[in-house]
Amino acid sequence: MKLSEIIKNLDAKVVNASDLDKEIVGGYCGDFLSVVMGKAPENGGWFTIMNNQNVAAVASLTEVGVIIICDGVEPDPYLDKKVRDIGLDLIITPYPVFEAVKKSGL
Amino acid sequence: MSDALHLEFEVSGNNFVSAGGASDEVKKTLKMLGIGAQYIRKVAIAMYEGEINMVIHAGGGRAIVDIYREKIVIVLKDQGPGIPDIDLALTEGYSTATDNIRDLGFGAGMGLPNMKKYTDEFNLESEVGKGTTVTMVVNFF
Repeated sequence: MKLSEIIKNLDAKVVNASDLDKEIVGGYCGDFLSVVMGKAPENGGWFTIMNNQNVAAVASLTEVGVIIICDGVEPDPYLDKKVRDIGLDLIITPYPVFEAVKKSGL
Repeated sequence: MSDALHLEFEVSGNNFVSAGGASDEVKKTLKMLGIGAQYIRKVAIAMYEGEINMVIHAGGGRAIVDIYREKIVIVLKDQGPGIPDIDLALTEGYSTATDNIRDLGFGAGMGLPNMKKYTDEFNLESEVGKGTTVTMVVNFF
């Protein structure tokens, strides 16, 4: 599914999106970074409520397609800067994780 | 064995802003060398976990990395408090991380288990009061 469709489905605010036509395949929900690292699929959507800079490190190392912060949580300033600096895609949806997964269409 | 590409990194303690920097550098290097994505992911996960452990528990440390044609050898050395019960520390879900650390998304008790799971060779030596050395090997085949 295209990132642009996910953004639309989730009424999401875009913090950084390098390529709106990028294909996102599958996903994973979680907040414990070690668990996410072991299980999130490459090029998938990562649904989380974590908003600190370590999210960027984990997303980059595991090459997730897009970070989807749920519940309207804003990234902290370090994360906000880091995703822009290293070109990671991050969007914010107002929906809680469960709702967000259902609405995403992934 | 003489054709290794040798890299060393200082990992600073309690610095979550720079945490992951060494893992990221190694990942970039492996990509440049054309190593398969499935091996790079294993290295990235295992090394990041190790780096974070040094940041959280040991006040930092040193990462010594040697990349050969057929494998990578990662040695993580710290002079932290050491691990009193290594078997317990290797148990999935066991963690000594504080609530502050958990708030950052760490402390799931999956760090050392992930390091072991994603490497082909894993060795941990630790002495209480002196420090810990972890050696990990990932084969590229």
